[in-house]
Amino acid sequence: MSEAALARPLAAAGGRLWILPPLLVLTGLFFYPLSLIATQALTGDGTTVSLDHFAAVFRSGLFLGALWHTAWIAVAASAGCLMLGFAIALVLSFVPFPGAKEIARFIDTFIALPTFLAALAFTFIYGSAGVVNGALVELFGFETPPVDFLYSPWGVILAEITVYTPFVLRPLMAAFSLIEASQIEVASSLGARAPRIVRQIILPAAMPALLAGGSLCLLLTVNEFGIVLFIGAKGVITLPLLVYDKAIQEFDYTAACVIAVINVALSLSLYLVYRAVIARVGGRNAGVV
Amino acid sequence: MLVWSRSGRWLCWSFAAALIAAVYVAPLAIILAASFAGQWNDVLPSMPTGEHYLDAVSGASGEALWTSVVTGVVASALALLLGTWAALALRAHTGLLRRILDLLFFIPSAVPSVSVGLGLLVAFSRPPILLNGTSTIVFIAHMILISAFTYGNVSAGLARMSPDFEQIAESLGARPAYRLRHVTIPLILPHLIAAFSLSFALSMGELGATVMIYPPGWVTLPVGIFSLTDRGDVFEGSALTILLILTTLAVLIGLSRIPTKVAPR
Repeated sequence: MSEAALARPLAAAGGRLWILPPLLVLTGLFFYPLSLIATQALTGDGTTVSLDHFAAVFRSGLFLGALWHTAWIAVAASAGCLMLGFAIALVLSFVPFPGAKEIARFIDTFIALPTFLAALAFTFIYGSAGVVNGALVELFGFETPPVDFLYSPWGVILAEITVYTPFVLRPLMAAFSLIEASQIEVASSLGARAPRIVRQIILPAAMPALLAGGSLCLLLTVNEFGIVLFIGAKGVITLPLLVYDKAIQEFDYTAACVIAVINVALSLSLYLVYRAVIARVGGRNAGVV
Repeated sequence: MLVWSRSGRWLCWSFAAALIAAVYVAPLAIILAASFAGQWNDVLPSMPTGEHYLDAVSGASGEALWTSVVTGVVASALALLLGTWAALALRAHTGLLRRILDLLFFIPSAVPSVSVGLGLLVAFSRPPILLNGTSTIVFIAHMILISAFTYGNVSAGLARMSPDFEQIAESLGARPAYRLRHVTIPLILPHLIAAFSLSFALSMGELGATVMIYPPGWVTLPVGIFSLTDRGDVFEGSALTILLILTTLAVLIGLSRIPTKVAPR
């Protein structure tokens, strides 16, 4: 259907100005506060504009560490989401069993649940006094807890994979439902084995969903705060956590604003990438943002 | 069917079952177990008790539950109004302007929530508008963050709606307000409900912005859960997490049962 046909009667009715009230609300409560962050980042508590505060932040090892952690945690977690999502979607769609739909829906509900849930659960499962370590110590009599990744970037990555895989699974299941079953049956009757069918038929069909889901995961993992806060490892600080630490723990608002500006710029660039991807491959098939 | 042999199929299923159990079932099960744990000295918790739930619905934790529900309902209602209004009004625009406006209404969902909190803190801790230390600032933060999702949901609904109904209504002489109330809104009602559900769920779990701005008297569930687990009250924190999940799911399921005249497409 054409947008123009739909817009014409409303535009004719003089509806163009109706956009102003929501735009004013958004400007006053969102863009204006963001502009104040940028202002404070440039001027500090004074009035002269300079890049000194940015220079100071870029010289600090804490910031560079956080930037590095944010980037590689996001990339690793998004790659993990793609792999786990692809594996689960493949089995649920192409090796179906009674209840597969219900399982897909169960995993989908994780989209509605808070992210810190995974971090909290992981401390019970993989923490030094958790179930896995408890069982291993009891069985094999280790002196120290043998499973020790939770308080490293890997703990954050695994928790993020748990909560963000549903964002990949949803578009993948939709893409897989469009593949004709006969196409796969013909391929296998001609002698193609499962790995070849996955590579040559399923993977190409899944590409748009993987691109859209992957870029969405990248954005969400860069912005993730709850998981990092709940795991609370001293050595694992990301940009959002550093903004919180600077503002709330140290009351250093200028540094917090500088880091926030960099974080927002990074997120907005990723968001533009995501928009470009979905414009290219069609549809907001992740169905959330 | 991708795998034809019986053994191959069972291999796939056990692989998937192990993955799903480890990644999705175990976390929920362990939090549920912890919420009933009397003590946890061995591998698994022991001496089951309902005490943590009693603690979770009384005192500060009970207040957090109430605070989150009120915040969720109010912020979602405001966001629904803002997002729906924006999505409807945007239809009067075309071309580049429309694309830019569309982008602007989506941006709150792309920005890290901690920065949104910081911005509100900087903006409303100074005259002319002092909101720092009030619950209003929490409502504002939640509304702004979730408005992008309501906007997205409603505009997706509008894009799927056939324009015929509105045009017929107009050709029959329906005035814009009448057409909106009796044609457009009923047609996108399933999307409005879905938008409200998602908003409520997001608000219930919001942590990044809230932790920057919450006043002492308005502690939401995620903030309450964090301070509990941070000082070692992990069992009460788990009980409160389970209550958060149950409240969210109850609202989602309840809203999905509302009969709408049009079946969602």
